[in-house]
Amino acid sequence: MRNAARMAAMLNIDVTKRLGDFSLNASFTSDSGVTALFGRSGSGKTTLVNAIAGLLRPERGVIEVDGECLYDSLRGIDVPVASRRVGYVFQEGRLFPHLTVRGNLSYGYRLTRADQRYVEFAHVVELLGLGGLLDRRPGNLSGGEKQRAAIGRALLASPRVLLMDEPLAALDQQLKAEILEYIERLHANIRIPIIYVTHAIEEIVRLADVVVIMAAGSVVTAGKVSDIMGRPELREQTGRFEGGTVIEAKVVSQDNEYGLATIAFNGGQLVIAAPDAGVGHEIRLRVRARDVSIALTRPPDISVLNVLSGRIVDIHAEGGPSANVRIDVGGVRLLARITRFSLQKLALSPGQQVYALVKAVSLDR
Amino acid sequence: MVFLTPTEWEILALSVKVSLLSVLITLPVAVGVAALLARADFFGKSVVDALVHLPLVLPPVVIGYFLLLLLGRQGPIGALLDQYLGIVVAFRWTGAAIACGIMGFPLMVRAIRLSIESIDAGLEAAARTLGASRLRVFFTIMLPLALPGVITGVLLSFARGLGEFGATITFVSNIPGETRTLPLAIYSQTQMPNGDAEAMRLSIISIVLSVLALLTSEMLVRRAQRRSHGRDA
Repeated sequence: MRNAARMAAMLNIDVTKRLGDFSLNASFTSDSGVTALFGRSGSGKTTLVNAIAGLLRPERGVIEVDGECLYDSLRGIDVPVASRRVGYVFQEGRLFPHLTVRGNLSYGYRLTRADQRYVEFAHVVELLGLGGLLDRRPGNLSGGEKQRAAIGRALLASPRVLLMDEPLAALDQQLKAEILEYIERLHANIRIPIIYVTHAIEEIVRLADVVVIMAAGSVVTAGKVSDIMGRPELREQTGRFEGGTVIEAKVVSQDNEYGLATIAFNGGQLVIAAPDAGVGHEIRLRVRARDVSIALTRPPDISVLNVLSGRIVDIHAEGGPSANVRIDVGGVRLLARITRFSLQKLALSPGQQVYALVKAVSLDR
Repeated sequence: MVFLTPTEWEILALSVKVSLLSVLITLPVAVGVAALLARADFFGKSVVDALVHLPLVLPPVVIGYFLLLLLGRQGPIGALLDQYLGIVVAFRWTGAAIACGIMGFPLMVRAIRLSIESIDAGLEAAARTLGASRLRVFFTIMLPLALPGVITGVLLSFARGLGEFGATITFVSNIPGETRTLPLAIYSQTQMPNGDAEAMRLSIISIVLSVLALLTSEMLVRRAQRRSHGRDA
């Protein structure tokens, strides 16, 4: 009973699985390149990924990747792990300790039929900077090197989908940044769906297009990163993001004298401090809720460069000194955090026309 | 070596030959059983586990006696082997190898099983996601990583074979040049007047052989462990 739209989805997941006290009951679809699975430890992210990989058999449900059915309890389909062609990058890397890096990389490569291969050995080695490591054994590699080799090994099996289970969790900050760069390059180079499990908001905002938020084995919500991350009612899950808005935008001009870039998005233009943003680039901006102030009239003399006009969508103020106000700016829902005192003083209400003063913007990619 | 008499050479060679054959025939079975016990869950697993350990707790003479009943020329299996394949193991050195193999089997299985259990099962799952069948995972991941345990198991079983007495003498008797291995030869010397000196010589040969086997396996295990821990050799 699947309609055409669902069939076309890159990922169509709907599984139920009981494991002792824990029960996984997750369903979502995604059409985008990088889908992030986000949630606290124990929320069922890894269980879900294991079900997609076939390492765990769900009791019921459907798993479809890129139009290919891997599991369907009703139709009795359960493709064996070895035939699913999922590239699984495990949190701990799981490199084969008795093989060299070359041996690890070629393990899946050799098992892939020649007509199903879409990546070349030399290409992956170059992309992930593995050239100097080929004859080393995993025991002598650093954490970052191991993870790069593990990503390479998964890719070289020419998978239909890349499953990355917190690939950066065991790494320190500097290594994280390094590997993130590799993953970004990968995503730009090899167009396969990636499911990226993480509990780090920064990684999602940087990498993902769609985010699936999980809690206690269920999907709380799923949607575009820019839609989800600003929603105050999801604060409980996205807590560490400390509230804010993600904006997709394009660099339109660059001012070299002041090191400023002008970027355009649906709601207008923003001027941001960026010495070399690259004119024409698609970028993603993050605006923290506490960096957005609200004014009823356009302030005349003010150091803030970005004043956007918009309309209040809704207001959330549940106890505490602050309130979250969502402002529709040309289709983008900008989140502002102000005090409840100001809320009262300005007598803000939904539908009202206001000016949003954006004090700081951070560039995510 | 000039120190050994032709008879002593014969006994030594026979002992090594019997132990080697016993290891060769039990190794594939032991690896299979160990893998099954370590990784599979099946009905009757504890029964299989108990059966494997039986030779460790039963008197060797009992094992030898049952072997004689089953594999002797008149025994149900022995008669069939003789009739259809022309194979006779009773009172032959090959029979001695079977007795040694059975006595060493639990030691071999235990060592290999422990080694397999210490392998991260996640590695096997990783191999399967890369497209490897279970059989391939077994040969390319499990077996190479269990190599230290396999070597230990082979040594333990080999050494057990060199010392095997009760099951051997009961099953294949004590025939000079055919089934008289080192322990049987030592025993025979102690039963003879003026045999003490020869018994001592044979005992020393036995000690040297055991120490050599131990050192060789230690060396091999260390090399295999370096590999399976993923350090550059």
